[in-house]
Amino acid sequence: MPDTSPKRRIEFWSGNEVIAEAAITAGCRFFAGYPITPSSEIAHLLSQRLPMIGGKFIQMEDEIAAMGAVIGASLTGAKVMTATSGPGFSLKQENIGFAAMIEAPCVVVNVMRGGPSTGLPTALGQSDIMQARWGTHGDRPVIALTPAYLDEVYTETIRAFNLAEKYRTPVFIMIDEVIGHLSERLDLPNDDEILIVDRIRPTVPPDQYLPYDTSNGDVPPLADYFSGYRFHMTGLNHDRSGFPTTDPATCQRENERLMRKVDANLDDIIRFETTFTDDADIIVIAFGSSARAAAVAVADARDKGIKAGLFRPLTLWPFPEKEVREFAVRVKGLVVPEANLGQLVFEIERLVEGKCPISRVNKVGGVPIYPGEVLAQIEAIN
Amino acid sequence: MALKYENFLRMEHIPHMWCPGCGIGIIVKAMLRAMETLEWDKNDTAMISGIGCTSRAPGYLDMNTLHTTHGRALTFATGIKLARPDKNVVVISGDGDASAIGGNHLIHSCRRNIDITLIIVNNNIYGMTGGQFSPTTPVGSRAATAPWGSIDPPFDLSQLCKAAGATYVARGHVGAAAPLERLIRGGLKHRGFAVIEVLSNCHTQFGRRNRLSDPVELINHIAAKTINIREAAKLSREELKDKIIVGLLHEEQREEYCDAYDKLILKASAAAHH
Repeated sequence: MPDTSPKRRIEFWSGNEVIAEAAITAGCRFFAGYPITPSSEIAHLLSQRLPMIGGKFIQMEDEIAAMGAVIGASLTGAKVMTATSGPGFSLKQENIGFAAMIEAPCVVVNVMRGGPSTGLPTALGQSDIMQARWGTHGDRPVIALTPAYLDEVYTETIRAFNLAEKYRTPVFIMIDEVIGHLSERLDLPNDDEILIVDRIRPTVPPDQYLPYDTSNGDVPPLADYFSGYRFHMTGLNHDRSGFPTTDPATCQRENERLMRKVDANLDDIIRFETTFTDDADIIVIAFGSSARAAAVAVADARDKGIKAGLFRPLTLWPFPEKEVREFAVRVKGLVVPEANLGQLVFEIERLVEGKCPISRVNKVGGVPIYPGEVLAQIEAIN
Repeated sequence: MALKYENFLRMEHIPHMWCPGCGIGIIVKAMLRAMETLEWDKNDTAMISGIGCTSRAPGYLDMNTLHTTHGRALTFATGIKLARPDKNVVVISGDGDASAIGGNHLIHSCRRNIDITLIIVNNNIYGMTGGQFSPTTPVGSRAATAPWGSIDPPFDLSQLCKAAGATYVARGHVGAAAPLERLIRGGLKHRGFAVIEVLSNCHTQFGRRNRLSDPVELINHIAAKTINIREAAKLSREELKDKIIVGLLHEEQREEYCDAYDKLILKASAAAHH
């Protein structure tokens, strides 16, 4: 039968370019950034593209300022993004916590490089995984996405905006330098294949509006500044009206609600891909460039008659806990390759509870993990 | 004309949390009177603050208000203004918030000349955190972290802002409310980055450690140190040595950032259609 589906647009972009283009498709009209390798191409492209469509790009005086500016713009109703790498991600953390606290939708891209400190600015790392989870002070919900292939970078970037809007929270796109800088063919989805989500805005009259009104669920409607809804926002603990409170019961209730926005919606937020995991004796768990190497290793293992599989989280936080717990009781072992000295493996060890052995593959020299290195661990378990 | 407080204040959040006698009440009132005179619509006005005593002001004001992180108010304000250049954006900050932790944002906002009005409540001390010395604490003054007297040379905030490119720079003090209101009104009207530095009293933290714990005494002390810019013009440098010049210190017209951005959009969108 002839293929009658509408032709898809084909592009050949780098990962960083994909993020910029997808952000525009998702409705991003405000970007604030600060130069940092290896994420700068995102800013380069958006400084060109956003003004062409009436959007705003601003290069701020530092990383902290860039984070502040996007939160401010978000409150006017704009869809917003900033992009950085490890050191800048550290600098942004206080304001990321602020965005989580006031519940301002925003997307933060971290193109991860080697660390700590200045580390390896032009080479890959995957060592900001725990920084994404725990980087800001205080407890707050975290959504972090880790696409590994560029068509997926496109769709996951759009999803990042959708999740930020839907749950009124910062969303991280965590790619590594390899994904940011490699170029490959993309078959872009057609417009009718793309879902765009906008934040829920209030329907009550302005004088009845509460910026943290949870009568219709854990995610309160958010009014735009200057829309006639005059409201207050603060990084202090606050009640439903948005004004500061130190009432223990209110603080407890509101902090728990923040967490529940994510914890009660895991099925909506968590996305992963499985390859040959159904009958696998050995499962590799990997994300980003390490997952691309792992995919090759798993295929090679199958060629050798080893029942290997790949579990590839696209949502890194909240982590797909249920699936990993299920693997732990039925496989001979797990392999966790990551371009750091062992971060994701902590989470996996926590879930596995010693029920199966876990092999690590860790590299921090700025070169990617290679398929052979993953295959060697698969063979060792087998 | 008397200010109609209930038009501007969130009366349900009054009384405020500031110490009795704090100068910030005079400053906020001067600002509200200026806004009232200019007939600013509170739906079209955003007030943004960072951290410190001053940062609590927006919470009492019935506008679009945002209480942000320490030192960063101008960054949030920049995002708001650039996203909505047609609206009024005002930042209120203290000396520590604006010029220590927020110093980088201060000078770059001046350089950019974005149409934001910044009111700096300069009381020479970190009040809320317990009286530590700030970048404007005079040498020799005592503070919680300068028990032997401060040795850190202070900033002249107005000169700093002028040098960094602010296109409206004024300094007033809480001992002269009517001139202060005029200076703030000028800043609100000005198209570009406007700074109004207001010398204010923290008798609780600064005064208590420097034998000026009575608010009226401290306000008089501040007033006695000031000299109007017109009077100052008649005096020699030697005569002005220990004086702080107040009034409209600098005003110029230079392209405002959002205006420049509009032109950039025209250029970019024209290119997009070719």
